Amino acid sequence: MCGNQKHAVDLLIPTLGVVTGIRTDTADVKTFRVNGVDGGVCFAHMPGQCAMLSIPGVGEAMFSITSSPTNTGYMEFSIKKCGSLTDWLHQMEVGQQIAIRGPYGNAFPVETALRGKDLLFIAGGIGLAPLRSVINYVRHYRGHYGAVDIVYGARSKGDLVDYEEIKNEWSTSEGIQVHLTIDRPQVGWNGHVGFVPDYVKALGFGPHRTALVCGPPVMIKFVLASLLEMGFAKTQVYTTLELRMKCGIGKCGRCNIGSKYVCKDGPVFRCDELDHLPDEY
Amino acid sequence: MQKLSEMMRARAAELLAQGAVGRVLGWRSGGLGYDPSPAFFHSAEQLPELVYNGFCAANLSKYLIKAGENDGRTLVFLKPCDTYGLNQLLSEHRIDRDKTYLLGVGCGGMLDMEKARGKGIKGVGSLEEAGGAVVFQTLYGEKSCPRSDLLLEKCIACKGGEHMAYDELLGAEETAANTGFDRFAGVNELEDMPAGERFDFWRGQLSKCIRCNACRNVCPACSCNQCVFDNARSGVSAKANADSFEENLFHIIRAYHVAGRCTDCGECSRVCPQGIPLHLLNRKLIKDINAFYGPYQAGADPDSLPPLTDYTKEDVEPGVVTTRGGATGC
Amino acid sequence: MLKLSVSRIPELLAAIGGARALFLPARSGGQVNFTRWDTGVEYCGEALNTVKSAKDFFFPQSENLLTFQTQGKSISITPGGVPEEPFVIFGARPCDVRAMDILDMVFLSDPQDSFYKARRESGVVVAMACNAPEETCFCGSFGIDAADPPGDVAAWIVGDTLYWDAKTEKGEALTGELSALFSQADGGDLAALKTHKEEIASILERLPLSDLRPQSVGGSLLELFSSEKWGELSQACLGCGACTFVCPTCQCYDIQDFNTGHGVQRFRCWDSCMYSDFTMMAHGNPRTSRLERFRQRFMHKLVYFPENNGGQYSCVGCGRCVSKCPVSLNITKVIKAFGVKENVR
Repeated sequence: MCGNQKHAVDLLIPTLGVVTGIRTDTADVKTFRVNGVDGGVCFAHMPGQCAMLSIPGVGEAMFSITSSPTNTGYMEFSIKKCGSLTDWLHQMEVGQQIAIRGPYGNAFPVETALRGKDLLFIAGGIGLAPLRSVINYVRHYRGHYGAVDIVYGARSKGDLVDYEEIKNEWSTSEGIQVHLTIDRPQVGWNGHVGFVPDYVKALGFGPHRTALVCGPPVMIKFVLASLLEMGFAKTQVYTTLELRMKCGIGKCGRCNIGSKYVCKDGPVFRCDELDHLPDEY
Repeated sequence: MQKLSEMMRARAAELLAQGAVGRVLGWRSGGLGYDPSPAFFHSAEQLPELVYNGFCAANLSKYLIKAGENDGRTLVFLKPCDTYGLNQLLSEHRIDRDKTYLLGVGCGGMLDMEKARGKGIKGVGSLEEAGGAVVFQTLYGEKSCPRSDLLLEKCIACKGGEHMAYDELLGAEETAANTGFDRFAGVNELEDMPAGERFDFWRGQLSKCIRCNACRNVCPACSCNQCVFDNARSGVSAKANADSFEENLFHIIRAYHVAGRCTDCGECSRVCPQGIPLHLLNRKLIKDINAFYGPYQAGADPDSLPPLTDYTKEDVEPGVVTTRGGATGC
Repeated sequence: MLKLSVSRIPELLAAIGGARALFLPARSGGQVNFTRWDTGVEYCGEALNTVKSAKDFFFPQSENLLTFQTQGKSISITPGGVPEEPFVIFGARPCDVRAMDILDMVFLSDPQDSFYKARRESGVVVAMACNAPEETCFCGSFGIDAADPPGDVAAWIVGDTLYWDAKTEKGEALTGELSALFSQADGGDLAALKTHKEEIASILERLPLSDLRPQSVGGSLLELFSSEKWGELSQACLGCGACTFVCPTCQCYDIQDFNTGHGVQRFRCWDSCMYSDFTMMAHGNPRTSRLERFRQRFMHKLVYFPENNGGQYSCVGCGRCVSKCPVSLNITKVIKAFGVKENVR
């Protein structure tokens, strides 16, 4: 390569971000605040979209952006420690620069199908992260949406992500009802005990609502079954899927489910769309 | 060989009908005559597709690892060279002998379609093995070629027609005599080269490697559930060769991983799409192991201990490296 | 239509290769592969095809995307250089040239891959029609005419004459540089060429795989996906990547970091859906079995890719998978298994 050679400009080449805040949510989840090197956010996004974060030599992976785009001050990622890259991210210190590129994927239809609707958010564990982006977007444009109910569960109280925000902001927001649950009884917990799919049924939501579901695959499966029992149609239920990704732009061939690429045609899917796709996720 | 094919189908049908075996592992004919694939047959109705001809070079023993997960015994057809790989897998406890029924079949040497193409035989519509020749009907006329001109390298270096493991033999009398070829001749040639020339030879060959992993995946000695090259934490899991060091690295590491367990079946070279003579690397290590630890043929005796995991006081001292002129610090 | 005596091909190659990088099929290390031209490198026209396809020139097996430097908590990124070196590919077969169009559908669709795009723009493809298609060929099943190649220049070798027909601006620009070497083909030449093409067509009709029809793979996506035939078809597969790496249309890639000791190179390299870790995540793998990975490859080539690309199959019938699979599995056996009614032989 001679000195005069042009440098490539390509979507696979990241920009730099810097970690300006780290909050420990649970034993294995931390929420990282990322700014552009000159402040602000690295790029704009819509709720449900994701970004590729990487550390040179360690790896690159796709993470959903948990902050709402209405927050122009910074971007947040809630990341669970479960592999070599996330292990490294969890040991980061404030001030660490990271390589970031995005936004990738489709978004929840916050400006179209969800407008004016009564919304039901159902999340399990770290699955709250992508839905939080939508919830805070909805809170910002409160008048554009109907009633909002959030059902959120985790294994234990210590596994609930964004707990302070849920308690201090969401629970006190106008027109928002929060229903928390944990799997088994625990000292110091006076709230509901039980699995999310059962709790959803017990709360008995009217099937006119639009549901947004995210969590471990098995939870999504049982929640969907509960919703269908309650009279929901698959066209009223949205979910977001996760597969191994490398390019993020639908070219490397890795994250497909049938003819759809989760990084490009997803990660947000309406549940009736999933009926046309093979069951391999 | 036609007759032998029929005998194999008949015997397989018998054993299936008796319930002595749950399935048959053999070769299924392909549409072009020279492209049979390894396949499992579960019923007598499927057996007419079972074929045995001069293009059944694939060693079936490695498929027994997965087959062992099923109930009942698997009947497998093994050529003499395949039985070495089988014994090796048995001694490593990768296969349960009680779940196998070994039917040793005679072998007249397997043929290399690449060699045929090299002789300008192309556009093959059908072929027939007739005595000592192979007759091809091609779009460009009928072409005939002596069998001996088309033998796979591994068959020219045949270790002999004796099956090292079997429950039954079929057509063993059809096995071609060992050609008497010195299988270390190629290694000796390389050893006689000056070091620089030898290095150039290997660089020329290994730079062709596309890291397709065909050699590793076909090798009976390579059956790790997770290969070190597929493990992101091993430090050597690159999918492509970033530089010439990595081009050499994959093959040197693999040769050492199978050293002492490689039965010299020659499958690695047969399957390489780029025609790299990998068998020369493995034979070099076999030659050295024979010299240092006494003559040893992996897979001949499933109860034998591989030299690299069996210490004896007669083992050579590490100093042999310097006495042979290697690792002089240059 | 221009023409040149076959004996002057070395001169032609020297004229092209003297001014820019030139790659052509040549014998090396016992195989025929695209080799960089230099004096003494001879064009091997007798070989049906190269072992590795021409996709390497636009989508190389490994390619540097960028380099990181880290210092404490800071990172700097230097993007890889744009590959702008002009080059010519001489002697690419029609199947390989059509494969480039298929790769374009992936890499030049939005968002465009700038590395691939730069290589595509810097490359000129001189295609060579096939004189002796073999039993492994089935390009006709995918609408490719081995006698009439696409490309920037189409070429034929008929007896002692090389015919040369520029088809695009790039092809004409290249031809302009070489005009002194060529002479015009006359009526007799054109007639000879026409006869030659008819001969090739007749050979193509008689190939064992000539009646293979991918369209015969019927049924909906979900029906094909859940077919019981996949078990039997995938039994022998070793899960190596030989088919994907010699295939001119396979384009799955991985992105890896390589620590050179003084910086980290992020490179893109070929990957294979046949590999066990292709879809492996920290918390699971949607395709844990060989059957699922085998099915994915062929569903992609015969169903998913056509669905996303206006019916275009991700296969050009070059036959490399037919000759290179260690256990003789290939796309023709899959098509035949699913299109049983129409392809009985």
